[in-house]
Amino acid sequence: MVQDSAQGAHKVQSEVQAGAVRALVLTGFGINCEEEFAAAYRLAGAEATIVHFNQVLHGQVSIHDFDVLNFPGGFSFGDDLGSGVVLANKLRYRQTSAAGRTLLDDIKQFIADGKFVLGICNGFQVLVKLGLLPNLGGDVTPEVTLTHNASGRYEDRWVTLRVNPASRTPFLTGIDKLEVPVRHGEGRLVVPDDATRAAIEAAGLNCLSYIDANGDGTSEYPLNPNGADLNCAGLTDPTGQVFGLMPHPEAFLAAYNHPDWARRRRQNPGASEEGEGLQIFKNIVAHIAEKHTTKAATVQLANQN
Amino acid sequence: MQSTHTIQLTLKPGQHDGDGQRVAEAAARHLGLRTGRVRSAALYTVRYPLSETQLRDFATRCLADPVLHDVRLNELTGAEGYATYILVARRPGVTDDEGTSAQNALADLLNEPLDVHTQHIFSKKLYLLENDLPETNLRRIAEELLGNKLINWLEVGRVADGIRDYTPRPGGGAEAITEVVSLTGLSDAELLQLSKDNIYALNLEEMRAVRDYFAAADTQAERKAAGLPADPTDCELEIIAQTWSEHCKHKEFAAVINYKDTETGEEKQIDSLFKTYIKNATSEVDRQLRANGNDWLIKVFSDNAGAVRINPDSLFVWKVETHNSPSAIDPYGGAITGILGNNRDPLATGIGGARLLFNTNVLCFGNPEFDGQLLTGQLHPRRILEGVRKGIEDGGNKSGVPTVNGAIVFDDRYAGKPLVYCGTGAVMPMQFAGLDSWEKKIDAGDRIIMAGGRVGKDGIHGATFSSIELDETAPATAVQIGSPITQKLAMDFLLLAARRGLLKCSTDNGAGGLSSSVGELAGISGGAVVELERVPLKYPGLRPWEIFVSESQERFTLVVEPGKMAELLALGQEMEVELTDIGFFTADGFLDVRFDGAPVARLNMEFLHEGVPRKTLEAEWTKPATAEPQIPAATDYTETLAQLLGSLNICSRESVIRQYDHEVKGRTIVKPLMGATGQAPQDAAVVRFNFESWEGVAVSNGILPRYGDLDAYDMSAGSFDEAVRQIIAVGGKLPNLTPGDNIFWSVNDNFCVPDSVYDPASNPDGKQKLAKLVRMCEALRDATAAYCIPLTSGKDSMKNDFKADGVKISVPPTVLYSMTAKMEDVRRAITSDFKQADDVVYLLGETHDELGGSEFYALHGQLGANVPKVDFAKAKALYTLIGQANDQNLIQSCHDLSDGGLAVALAETTFGYGYGAEIELPATGLPLATQLFSESHSRFVATVAPEDVVAFEQLLGERATRLGRVTADSKLTVRHAGQTVIAADSASLRTAWTNGPVNNLLGVVSNYNLSHSNSL
Repeated sequence: MVQDSAQGAHKVQSEVQAGAVRALVLTGFGINCEEEFAAAYRLAGAEATIVHFNQVLHGQVSIHDFDVLNFPGGFSFGDDLGSGVVLANKLRYRQTSAAGRTLLDDIKQFIADGKFVLGICNGFQVLVKLGLLPNLGGDVTPEVTLTHNASGRYEDRWVTLRVNPASRTPFLTGIDKLEVPVRHGEGRLVVPDDATRAAIEAAGLNCLSYIDANGDGTSEYPLNPNGADLNCAGLTDPTGQVFGLMPHPEAFLAAYNHPDWARRRRQNPGASEEGEGLQIFKNIVAHIAEKHTTKAATVQLANQN
Repeated sequence: MQSTHTIQLTLKPGQHDGDGQRVAEAAARHLGLRTGRVRSAALYTVRYPLSETQLRDFATRCLADPVLHDVRLNELTGAEGYATYILVARRPGVTDDEGTSAQNALADLLNEPLDVHTQHIFSKKLYLLENDLPETNLRRIAEELLGNKLINWLEVGRVADGIRDYTPRPGGGAEAITEVVSLTGLSDAELLQLSKDNIYALNLEEMRAVRDYFAAADTQAERKAAGLPADPTDCELEIIAQTWSEHCKHKEFAAVINYKDTETGEEKQIDSLFKTYIKNATSEVDRQLRANGNDWLIKVFSDNAGAVRINPDSLFVWKVETHNSPSAIDPYGGAITGILGNNRDPLATGIGGARLLFNTNVLCFGNPEFDGQLLTGQLHPRRILEGVRKGIEDGGNKSGVPTVNGAIVFDDRYAGKPLVYCGTGAVMPMQFAGLDSWEKKIDAGDRIIMAGGRVGKDGIHGATFSSIELDETAPATAVQIGSPITQKLAMDFLLLAARRGLLKCSTDNGAGGLSSSVGELAGISGGAVVELERVPLKYPGLRPWEIFVSESQERFTLVVEPGKMAELLALGQEMEVELTDIGFFTADGFLDVRFDGAPVARLNMEFLHEGVPRKTLEAEWTKPATAEPQIPAATDYTETLAQLLGSLNICSRESVIRQYDHEVKGRTIVKPLMGATGQAPQDAAVVRFNFESWEGVAVSNGILPRYGDLDAYDMSAGSFDEAVRQIIAVGGKLPNLTPGDNIFWSVNDNFCVPDSVYDPASNPDGKQKLAKLVRMCEALRDATAAYCIPLTSGKDSMKNDFKADGVKISVPPTVLYSMTAKMEDVRRAITSDFKQADDVVYLLGETHDELGGSEFYALHGQLGANVPKVDFAKAKALYTLIGQANDQNLIQSCHDLSDGGLAVALAETTFGYGYGAEIELPATGLPLATQLFSESHSRFVATVAPEDVVAFEQLLGERATRLGRVTADSKLTVRHAGQTVIAADSASLRTAWTNGPVNNLLGVVSNYNLSHSNSL
C-alpha cells in the first residue's frame, strides 16, 4: 500500500536509480502535509515515497531501505491527547514482532547507521514526545515538551528564523536566516529546568530561533508566535542527524508562496523562483548524495586494494 | 482487576494553564462573572479491566506529559483554594475523538487488539473555580461557554460537597421494532398532526399523496405478496419524508409560481425557478461555449458536485452548501459537520476519490455585540460566531484542507438563524483505472458498502428539520458532531481505492443518511436491497428506521462489484477504515429494506422519486417605498473613513483568518491577507493545482444581502458581479473570449431565504418574499448569459426563520455566488496592495450616484434608495480589457471596490507595505461623498508602473481614470476641487481597521500592528 504521489509516479525500491537519495515520507491517521513534503524532496532531486504508517508498522515497508525518514505535519490521531502523543506512543510501545521489537528500536538502528530523521510541525511534536529530540541523555526519553501556544490559539502566520551558528546539522548548512509560515496551536517549547536549558544551548541543539527585525531572538508575540522557551523554533539531537521544527519549510517551495512575493518580484524580477524553504531539503539531499559517493568511492577503493 | 478507573491530569505548579485562563477571561468578558482563578484538568474514565500497574503505566506514559502533568488515579478531588467546579462530559453516543485516541494508545501500550469502535474510554474536562459562585452562575458558564446542553452532560457545584462525575451508560438491547402507521381514514387535520408529530415536514397535499399511494390497489397487491402490512411502516414514512424533504427535493425551486408585479402590472407563470433560471440558463451558456470550441463543462447539477475540465488529464470539482439550522442550535457541531459534509460532496462525485484542494466559507451572523434579551432557545450571536469559527478551524485544519478565503456578513436579521456556507474545491483525474472518473454507473448485483463512522441516534431528522422553521423545541437528535480524523482516514482510503479501480462509484451519506444515499443510487440501477442488521452501530437501542435515516457523520456509501470485494476489504482493514457490506443493488424497481430477514420497507422507486406533488405558489412584487436621505457634507472625511474601516462589516477579520490554516498543501499563492505586513486584504484566493505546473484556480464569493432591501434583482446581480470582479482583480480572465481558450469557470449558487410560502396568518408577506426570490433568479439568469459563466451546482435553503416567544426573526433573502476560474499561470496573479512609489493610481470603471444600501449610509443609520446596478455589457468590456492589460504585464496592483467604496479601497491598498498615495479626485459632477463612498459595481483601484502608463491608457481608454500616484511616505492624501478632503497616515488607518470589533471581540492583542517580517 505504498501510496502513489501527486504525480502518481511512485517507484519501488528496485527501480530506484542506484545512488539516488531515498526519502520515506510517512502518512495516514491524520498526517496531512505528506504531498508537499514529498514534492520538496523531488524538487531537491531525491526519490520520495509516501507510505502509510501501517505499512511500516506491519513490516511491508522497511525504513532501512531509505536514507531519510520524514514525519510530516498534520494532526496525527487528531492531536487528541496532546499533539503527536498517540503516534509517539505507537512507535514506542506497539510491538512489530514476537520478539517485542518496536519501530523505535528500528529508528534507533536507523540513526546508528548514520541516517537522517526530519519532523516538521506535528512530526516535530512526535520526535519530541518520543524523546528523539533533543535526546541529551542519549536514551530517547522525553526531556522537553511542546504544548499550547501562549496565545491559546492556533495560528497561521509567517515568521523569520535565524540559524544557530553553533548547530551542526547538515539540514541547515549555509543557511543564516529563513522566512517560513507557522501553522500550529501547540508549538510552545517548554524546557523543564535550567540545567536542561543550559545543556541544549551548550550543545547548540536549539538550531532555530524566532527573531525580530534586528535579527535578535525574541519572545515578543507575534514575532515569536507561541512563546517558546529559548525563542526556539527547532531542535536537533547531538548527532545532528535528527532535526525537527515547528514552522513549515515545505510550504515555501516556490517564491510565490511568500505573502509579499508580488512586491518582492517587482523589486527584483530576476530573483529565483525557488522558495527559501527548499534549501533545507537541497542541503540534506546533497549531504546524503555526497556520503553515497564517498561510500561508493571507499568501496571501490577497498575492492581495488 | 478493577474494571472502571478514573485518571485525572492536572498541570504541574508553574505551568501556564491557558485553558483555565481563557475560561476566566471569557466569563468576565461575556457574562460579567468573576470566577477568580480557574484551573483546568483532563479526566479519563476507563471502563476496561486493568491492573493497578497497567493503569499507572497508561496514565503516566501515554496520557500525561512528563514535563507538564501531575497524575491522580481513581480520586476525583479539587485543589486547595478552589471553591466550585464545572464538569463537562458528553451525552451517550456523542462523538468522543479524545476517548478514541486514548483507547488507541491503551491498545498500543498493552499490545492487545482493543476494538476501537466500542467506547471503553470517556474523556471529560474538569474546571475548578476559585470563587464560590452560586449554582445558577456556574450553570451559565457551563452552558454558555463550556458546553452545549444538547451534546454535553454538565455537572456543577461546590467542591466541598464532592465532585459529581458522569459517564454515559449504553442503552438497553437492540430494538428490532418496526411499527405500522395507519393512514386509512385519517382526516386532513389528523394527517397534518401526524406529519408534525413525527417531524416529517410534509404538507397536507403530500400526506394525501402518501396515503393514496398505500391505498392504491396495485400497491396493496404488491405489499401482500412481499409480506408487508397494508399500512406503511414507520421506516417507509421516514424514507418518504427524507426523500421528499425540501432539503433533498427542492420543492419550492421546482414549483409553479404565479408572479405579479404590482408596479408594471405584469403577470407571468414560472414553470420551476430551477429549470427556468438556472438549468436552462446554463444550457444556453454551454451551447455558446461549445460553439466556440470550449467544451470544458463536464458535469452539472446531476451529482454531488459539478465538474469542469482543467486539462486533458484532470477535472476540477466544486461544491458549496449551507449548514444553517444545525449551526443555530450547536454552532461548533453545525459548522464542523457543514465543512466535513461539504468535503464529502466532491470526494464522492462520480466514482469518488477526488483530492481536496481548498475550502472557503461565508458566514452571516447577527451583531456579536448584541446586548438585548435573547428569545427562548436563541443563542447569542457572539456565541454562534465563536462556535462556528472553531468548527471551521477544526473541520478544515484537521482535515489538511486549506481554508483559502471567505467572508463574514453581519446583520441583525441573522440573529435567529445564522447562515453558514461551506465550499470545497477538489481535483480528480479524468480517469480511474481506465474509466471516466465523473460517471456514476451501477448494475444489479453490485454490493452496497457503508464506509467510515458508525451509526447512532445523532442527526436523525436533519433533512426534515432543516426544511422547517426553527423554534425553541429543536430536537436534540438533529445535532451531529463531526470527527475530522475519522473522515480523514476514510478520505485517504477513498483516494487509494479509486486509484486502484476498486470502486464502481460512491456517494456521501449526508442529509437523510442511508435512506437518501442508497435511495438515490438505487435510482441508477433501478432498485436495492438493504439488510439493516448488518449496519454497525455506536451503541444498541436503535430501531430499524433510525438506522436507515440517521445522519451520523463521516460515512460514504460505496458501490463495489462483487469480484472486487476481497481486495477492497483488505485495503480497508490495512487503513483502519470500517467497511460493511449492507446489501446489493437490483433492477426490480423497489427500494427494499429488511432487518434480520423481516421486511421493514418496500417502496416503489418511481413513487419515491417522482411522486411528490408539485406546489403552486404565489409571488407579488411591490417596490418598496424608499428615499435618498439628506446627509450634511463633512468638512473632512478622514474621520468618516476611519469609522468605516472600523465598522463591523468592513473591519479586519485577521483574528478569524489566522486561526484557519490557509496554506497547508503548499499551493496557496494569493491568501486572504498579503503584503510585507501580512495585513493587506485580497479579493480572491489563488491556488495552484500541483507542483509540476503553474496552472491554478481563483476562488471568490459574492454576497450583498443589504441591497435586497431596495431591490432583490439588483442585489443578486451585484453579488454575481462582485464575485466576477474579484476574480478579475487577481488576474483571472472571463471565459469564452477566444475559441478554445479552455479557461473554465464554475459557479455555485446558494439561496438562503425566509419562509416564502404565503399564509394569511403565519406568513402574511410571503408573496413579497417569494417575489424577491424570483427577482434574484432573474438576475442570475441575466448575469450568467451576459458573462457566459455557467452554474455547475448549487443549493437552496428555504426556511431560514427563527420563532420563539411569539417573535419571528427571518433572514433577509440572501444569495451567495461562489466562483472559481482557471488561472493559466498563477505567477501572473495580481495582489491588491501598492508595490512601489511613483506607480500611477487609476480608478477603473464608472462611479454613479449609488449610495443606496451603502456602508456610508449605514454609518448614518440610513438605507437610501439608489441601489447600485450592474451594467453587464460595460462590465464585460472592462473585464476583458483588464485581462489584456495583465497579459501585457501592465498592472502592478488591483483591488476591487466594494463595501465603503473608493475611499476604503484606497486605504486598504496601502496596508501591505506602508506606502501612501496622493490622490486628486476628478471633477465629475458627482458630490464628493458619492465619489468617495458610492458602492457602484464593476470598479477597481489599480496601479501601473510609470513606464507602462502610455500603453495602459491606450488600452483602457476612458474606462481608466487617473487618480494620482503611490508615495513612499505612507500618507494617504485625497484632494478634491483644490481642497484636501482626506489626510491620514496609512498606519493609523490600518490600526482603525485592525482594531475593529471583530478582532477586539475575538481577543487579538489590540495594539499590535507589527510586521511579520523584517523586510520593512
